[in-house]
Amino acid sequence: MLRLKNNFSIEHDIAGCGLCGIINVKKIRTNGEDIKKAIALEHDRGNGLGGGFAVYGCYPEYSELYAFHVMYDDLAAKEATEKYFKNNFIIEKQESIPIFKTSKINDHPILHRYFMKPKSDREDRLFSELKDDDFVVKSVMLINSDYDGAYVFSSGKNMGAFKGVGYPEDIADFYMLDNVEGYMWTAHNRFPTNTPGWWGGAHPFTLLDWSIVHNGEISSYGINKRYLEMFKYNLALKTDTEVIAYILDLLIRKHKLPVELAMNVLAAPFYQTIDKMEPEQKELYTALRQIYGSALLNGPFAIIFGYPDGMVALNDRIKLRPLVAGTKGDFTYIASEESSIREICPFPDFVWSPKAGEPIIIKTVKTTIDSENISQKQRLIIS
Amino acid sequence: MTTGGNTKTGSMVAIDAKDMHYKELNKIIRESILSGVKNVFLENVNGQYYIGDGLKGDDITITVNGVPGNDLGVFMDGPSIIVNNNVQDNIGNTMNAGKITVNGDAGDVVGYGMRGGRIYIRGNAGYRIGIHMKGYNEQIPVIIIGGKVGSFFGEYMAGGVMVLLGLDNSEESVGEYFGVGMHGGAIYLKQKIDFSKYSKEVEFLEANDGDMSFLKKYLLEYAKDFNLSSEDLISGTFYKIVPSSARPYAHLYTSAAF
Repeated sequence: MLRLKNNFSIEHDIAGCGLCGIINVKKIRTNGEDIKKAIALEHDRGNGLGGGFAVYGCYPEYSELYAFHVMYDDLAAKEATEKYFKNNFIIEKQESIPIFKTSKINDHPILHRYFMKPKSDREDRLFSELKDDDFVVKSVMLINSDYDGAYVFSSGKNMGAFKGVGYPEDIADFYMLDNVEGYMWTAHNRFPTNTPGWWGGAHPFTLLDWSIVHNGEISSYGINKRYLEMFKYNLALKTDTEVIAYILDLLIRKHKLPVELAMNVLAAPFYQTIDKMEPEQKELYTALRQIYGSALLNGPFAIIFGYPDGMVALNDRIKLRPLVAGTKGDFTYIASEESSIREICPFPDFVWSPKAGEPIIIKTVKTTIDSENISQKQRLIIS
Repeated sequence: MTTGGNTKTGSMVAIDAKDMHYKELNKIIRESILSGVKNVFLENVNGQYYIGDGLKGDDITITVNGVPGNDLGVFMDGPSIIVNNNVQDNIGNTMNAGKITVNGDAGDVVGYGMRGGRIYIRGNAGYRIGIHMKGYNEQIPVIIIGGKVGSFFGEYMAGGVMVLLGLDNSEESVGEYFGVGMHGGAIYLKQKIDFSKYSKEVEFLEANDGDMSFLKKYLLEYAKDFNLSSEDLISGTFYKIVPSSARPYAHLYTSAAF
């Protein structure tokens, strides 16, 4: 029988991994067919040990509630976790996550979702005054580390992660993503290198509304993990990518850094670059490096970061992983390979690659995309 | 003869690659060439890896319509590949002879360890272009880039020639770490750059008549391939970058006294 908490054998293989992202800046929703097609083109970048999707705008009828997606080993794990939920949350609705059994995904955990909000008179109120978001984070950490056989893999509002062990196109069929609609999608095809291929280890990694898909290795995992533990994040998912989701939660939600600056913490400019900056910028970037040295990501990476207001594509500082962007009208596409974009958008208006360590940030609604300006770092005006 | 979506006429074959896996596509290409085909036309290519890899034969031409996948023309030894779109990463890795012509942009790592033949790119190219390139006597690999390139251009270059034209670019056409560890070969630029920013292991010179007569035959071919004015292309001053030492790291692990 499948076990979520288990001692997995650790395999070493050549790296691959494929990424895709689609965003409609006017928040027009589309179903999961395009993202499935795009990531399926990168089939050979993975090895069937992990596929997943994040979608934003998929639960408009419950947009004020936290949508928890939870995977369970067995009914005992479900019962124990639901006891915690009932004591601490008002559960407006709960149901099995709709799945379609295919021969490709034949072994899966119990997959359940809950639309809920923290109770105002919940247990912990006796000791602390946590805000709802903080309480949700605390609950996710608690369940993932202390509740045997239970993992929360999605906990945001009006968004959700759908992932598992398998090729991403099969995972899309398994979750019937052609019935799911969103204004932004990200996808991942996994080729596990240093950590096990298991259901909780598939990408995206999410916390609250943040989601991350990642290709590469975070060599700084140990430092990042110890840093995050000081802020009470528990790293329970056995995969380096997890740190990115939590670092961004810390920087953006807790420390109120703008997304642009948070990206410059993950891929901080080299000191030799900082030396050439204007005094004001130099001071800022020096301070960021000093304060957030332990949040710097080392090693090769390409990531797509999703948040309710947009999508970010970011490479490591010397570009050791592929990443390409394309735009067509209100749509922007990000992928590991250009052909993946062209599979769903044969004639993009513009195709380009992010520069090493410089994020491409595509924001929804008010902000228009400035695709001509590839070098975003130059655009940062610090107020 | 028609088999499936393939049309064979004499020494020519057209293959519809739509939704075809790379293994099948490359098998058909190889079998066609074995059966005497000289001209292969690939239609609706999108993302298929390894096209033209390891193929031999100076008289073989493969024309690609669509964006081919990674590792195009790797280890190739003679044939010509013409791509009428952009290409992805790792084209011409360790290529020995032949030619790759790209009518669009190229991704990262073009001509890694290349040891012969030509790669002509009309547009821009990404990071790590021509790294570890090498040459020996008559065997001179040549890469010409029409636009700009990312960082690590010519890193650890050991031989061969690269030309960066910087056409249609207002901004500077090279990134960081230009020619780092370069210890052989030459890089030519059509634009003067602020070279103080880049590698300290290379020298920056004006190209002389000998350089220009060498470059001319390649530039004329490049102009013809992309329908550019050959006068414009060869006019003006070119700048040459050569390593200042054949062994820039001779003393990395030993005392400088030796």
